[in-house]
Amino acid sequence: MDNQSRKGWLYLLPAILFLGAFMVYPLIDVFIYSFEEGYNSASQTHMGIGTYNYGYILRDPYFLQAVKNTFILVVITVPLSTGIALLISVALSSIQKLRHLFQTVYFLPYVTNTLAVGLVFMILFKKTAYSDGLANLIIGLFGAGPIDFIDGPYWAKMFVLCFYTIWVVMPFKILILTSALASVKQDYYNAARIDGTPRWRIFTKITLPMISPMLFYLIITGFIGAFKAYSDAVALFGTNLNAAEMNTIVGYVYDMLYGNSGGYPSYASAAAIILFVIVLTITCINLLVSKKHTHY
Amino acid sequence: MKVYLENLTKKFPSRNKKDPTEVVAVDNFTFEIPDGKLIGLLGPSGCGKSTALNLICGLQKPTSGRIFFGDDDVTGLPPENRGVGLVFQNYALYPHLTVRQNIIFPLENLRGKDKMTKEQMYAKADEIAGLVQLDGLMDRKPSELSGGQQQRVAIARALVKMPQVLLLDEPLSNLDARLRLQTREEIRRIQKETGITTVFVTHDQDEAMSISDMIVVMKAGVLQQIGAPQEVYDDPVNLFVAKFLGTPPISVYSGSVKAGKLYIGDEAVMNVSGVEDRDVTVGIRPEGYILDENGPLTCLLNRVEVMGRDISVVSTHACSLSEANRSIISAENRVDTAAGTVRFALKPAKVFLFDTVTEARIPFTAK
Repeated sequence: MDNQSRKGWLYLLPAILFLGAFMVYPLIDVFIYSFEEGYNSASQTHMGIGTYNYGYILRDPYFLQAVKNTFILVVITVPLSTGIALLISVALSSIQKLRHLFQTVYFLPYVTNTLAVGLVFMILFKKTAYSDGLANLIIGLFGAGPIDFIDGPYWAKMFVLCFYTIWVVMPFKILILTSALASVKQDYYNAARIDGTPRWRIFTKITLPMISPMLFYLIITGFIGAFKAYSDAVALFGTNLNAAEMNTIVGYVYDMLYGNSGGYPSYASAAAIILFVIVLTITCINLLVSKKHTHY
Repeated sequence: MKVYLENLTKKFPSRNKKDPTEVVAVDNFTFEIPDGKLIGLLGPSGCGKSTALNLICGLQKPTSGRIFFGDDDVTGLPPENRGVGLVFQNYALYPHLTVRQNIIFPLENLRGKDKMTKEQMYAKADEIAGLVQLDGLMDRKPSELSGGQQQRVAIARALVKMPQVLLLDEPLSNLDARLRLQTREEIRRIQKETGITTVFVTHDQDEAMSISDMIVVMKAGVLQQIGAPQEVYDDPVNLFVAKFLGTPPISVYSGSVKAGKLYIGDEAVMNVSGVEDRDVTVGIRPEGYILDENGPLTCLLNRVEVMGRDISVVSTHACSLSEANRSIISAENRVDTAAGTVRFALKPAKVFLFDTVTEARIPFTAK
């Protein structure tokens, strides 16, 4: 090893140690726990090795519910939030007046605490003995009956969760996309204008390819973020998510770790590994697709 | 297609709140660009030449004045309806498209009766690519091309829909010196072959002089002089034009006319008739000096640079308004570099007189 690369490794050492101790080692550990049946973290003992943990959670209706919820959340919120953020960003960059005001307004949810936002959503959507909530007031104007969004039917709760998630993740996407749009040089648009390019073609043939790296970054991180959703559901429906049928995979992992006094770390590990595999697969698919359509 | 500009003016509102005077980028332009000619729009940076180009192509709207293409008033027309091709300074090639896709991009926008099939587009693109010598590069991305090749793709894209007017904004400024010489010949050749009326903007007088049929010299938004390059060089209307054209630059002295003689310092260097006694600014082209040991103009010799067929003599003079003056003389001459001074006679046709205040040319006859 020559001097140069030795120096390089030396500089990398702190990060490698840190990541190794807090990322790689726990990951391997979790992988091992997931195959140790009845592992007890207090006594550090287990009863046997096998795939029983996976078998158990794959038959656990709460886990299946959590997987279903998570997938619905991902499939609905990622495309919608990215699409709406793109629309808003394009609109923002085509206006001159009040642009900065709107940019600030759209960015506000990003700096607001998740639980505080959740509280506001509770007030908007919760039906109590005294009031039906603001959302129901508006629905009432169109003659529909009051719906209990927080404790009511499954689709209503899922709607609130998706709505909330989209609203929370949008500001960051708008921020990234507006700066991506601003970085497209005016000359390209001028060149296209002189050639009489219709607006829609300018958008699809010039703007979209030019911002495609940012767009794919947002889609990939959006997928990962949505798969890891948990706090949003807690903010809206409280900690007993299984009872509310609104649990997510991460929520299930958390419940398994800390619920029922002591918990079941083996089941939690198995669930975490399943989530890891899902996220890895989706990200790989994303990268493969994006290679074809992204222009750097 | 001839292009006629009539009292064309473009003002920009001031951004400085304390000083609300408008910036006049193009001030009352009136001139005609004859059909099929190559015109160089020349001036120092910030003189409004790019604005003039943008007005002609329609990317900017004039504050007042009108633009005609042939007999049609196109002042109110958006750029896409003017039939112009524009080559941008940085080429503005779409980086995610191949050379071929870049070239056919304008064709894909055609609608109605002009709509073309893919085969027609490709045929057209190949034809244009042949003209600008891009064969074999059609499937590359712009980032895989050299600066000169990118430049040719940009020209091909501007030419492919057969514009009536081709506009080039500083087309050579991003190329290295050797490529620049080559590309300007290329532009000249393409223009000759297509016969498209072409306007190109440059701050490099060499460039403009070498390939233009006509040059338009601008300064601070005001048109100074229009004419064939040699004409403008030989007969500048004012000191600015005289100084702007020519390399090495014209040397400038403060002098005076007394009793039909032109004085620089105490020396009467030339007979000038038809000028009353007054102070003048004297401009002498570098090739206007004749090495003559009895010559009337005595300068302090700085150094001599031998450049093959020419000798360049760098000298100073007490009345000179520039730091050093460069004179080009034939290499057959021998300059005594040991001597502190060098003496010149002057060629009257290469000497210009200007007003000291207005800098306007003062005509005289040498006798």
